[in-house]
Amino acid sequence: MHAVVTVTGKDKKGIIAEVSRFLAEKNANIEDISQTILGEYFAMIMLVDISGIGEELSVLAKECAEMGKKIGMAIHVQHEDIFNAMHNI
Amino acid sequence: MFNKFDVLETINMVEKEHLDIRTITMGISLLSCVRATAKETADAVYDIVCKKAEKIVKTAADLSGEYGIPIVNKRVSVTPVSLLTASFPEDSPLVGKALDRAAHTLGIDFLGGYSALVHKGTADYEEKFLRTIPETLATTERLCSSVNVGSSKSGINRDAVRQMGEIVKETARLTAQSDGLGCAKLVVFCNAVEDNPFMAGAFHGVGEADTVINVGVSGPGVVEHALKAIPEADLTEVAETIKRTAFKTTRAGQLIAKEAAKRLGARFGIVDLSLAPTPARGDSVAAILEEVGLESVGTHGTTAILAMLNDAVKKGGVMASSRVGGLSGAFIPVSEDIGMIEAAEAGKITLDKLEAMTCVCSVGLDMIALPGSVSASTISAMIADEAAIGMVNNKTTAVRVIPAPGKKVGEWVNFGGLLGRAPVLPVHESSAEKFISRGGLIPAPIHSFKN
Repeated sequence: MHAVVTVTGKDKKGIIAEVSRFLAEKNANIEDISQTILGEYFAMIMLVDISGIGEELSVLAKECAEMGKKIGMAIHVQHEDIFNAMHNI
Repeated sequence: MFNKFDVLETINMVEKEHLDIRTITMGISLLSCVRATAKETADAVYDIVCKKAEKIVKTAADLSGEYGIPIVNKRVSVTPVSLLTASFPEDSPLVGKALDRAAHTLGIDFLGGYSALVHKGTADYEEKFLRTIPETLATTERLCSSVNVGSSKSGINRDAVRQMGEIVKETARLTAQSDGLGCAKLVVFCNAVEDNPFMAGAFHGVGEADTVINVGVSGPGVVEHALKAIPEADLTEVAETIKRTAFKTTRAGQLIAKEAAKRLGARFGIVDLSLAPTPARGDSVAAILEEVGLESVGTHGTTAILAMLNDAVKKGGVMASSRVGGLSGAFIPVSEDIGMIEAAEAGKITLDKLEAMTCVCSVGLDMIALPGSVSASTISAMIADEAAIGMVNNKTTAVRVIPAPGKKVGEWVNFGGLLGRAPVLPVHESSAEKFISRGGLIPAPIHSFKN
């Protein structure tokens, strides 16, 4: 089972390190990363295998959002199916 | 890997443009609950609703967390109660109160189905049931009621139309302390649909399966935003953009509906893609019409744009889901849409224009505050006009008006929350009393004979 993790906010040092450490602690495995800087704006999208996380996805989503607040970023974790449904015919 | 623009678009739709799943509605058949007495029936009804919908609130919260899309309302619709209480119609309020209790126990927002289907004629038990509606709505909080008084196939039951005018007035009188709030929970339909997940008109039709999940998706803000990006486009492109946006939001709804049905042990019924506004800014159907090129909703051109919007929404929805149903189109409730409220306040939208708009959108005269002095026969005449539009055009129409007790034109009613607020609109003063007192049945139009 996969989730899409989206991290957006003002760019600064160490965002990827913080987020990937947090996901590793939760036993989520990052399989793909796409990241860009638009002006001062940081945007990263990760595809994450969540088969081994040992808690419900909705709980992980909440924890990630809270962690994001601490480092000043907006973090969304969503089941991949929502994007498949909305953007593929 | 996903296209990052698609991912960011979805997140923006939710965060900035008010995309949401407006409602997950569980339809429950209560036909198995009929017992010898009203008390026993009420007990059976309470038990089965609480059992079947036990997990609806938790499931909605889980799904919302997993997919990152807010699910605003959790609701239940049930078999029209008049069918359950046919042997003891005067005691129907007992069942109504049991349903309201169940809604409180479950923690759901509304429960619909204190309803009767009388489109071709009113049975004796139904006539008695209809009379219990005002008291039941006045003594319950979350229960909603609807009555179908006409259909394209059967014509319009004018006796029921006359009675419903009186019932709307009486409901307003009994809930006078809250500006006639009871009337916000009462819809009079022509061509009512059996799988509508939206309130106040939801009920679980007898042709439906035992337990069904219907989902209502919304997102007027998403459509408005998409149109803002193409300010100079011609109307073909405008319609195409609306269609594409509707496709995406319907897909989100279908995903949630299927998953909710699986987790709740119910069948997946339909997705209803309706642009349902809320009083929040950025969540308005009126704003879409204005974005296309009107100085104010209600002016000339409103009906044409609404027709295009309604059609494009349906086309996008049908492409996106194999099971589109309910009302699927654009809603134009006055008190629930900030753009409508402002147009009404400025005197830029009238009842007559609203009636014209109902010819091309998916509902009817909705959440409109009327002067408290308006007569029952005038309300009946409004219902008759709307039912005629629905009957002739093979579409659902409805009347949900609030004759606000003691209020005059220009004064405000305030229901709070999603029901919103609205200024009292003027009605025509000339009487339709004689027309309404004639009763009988308006025959079905010739094009209904398709057999």
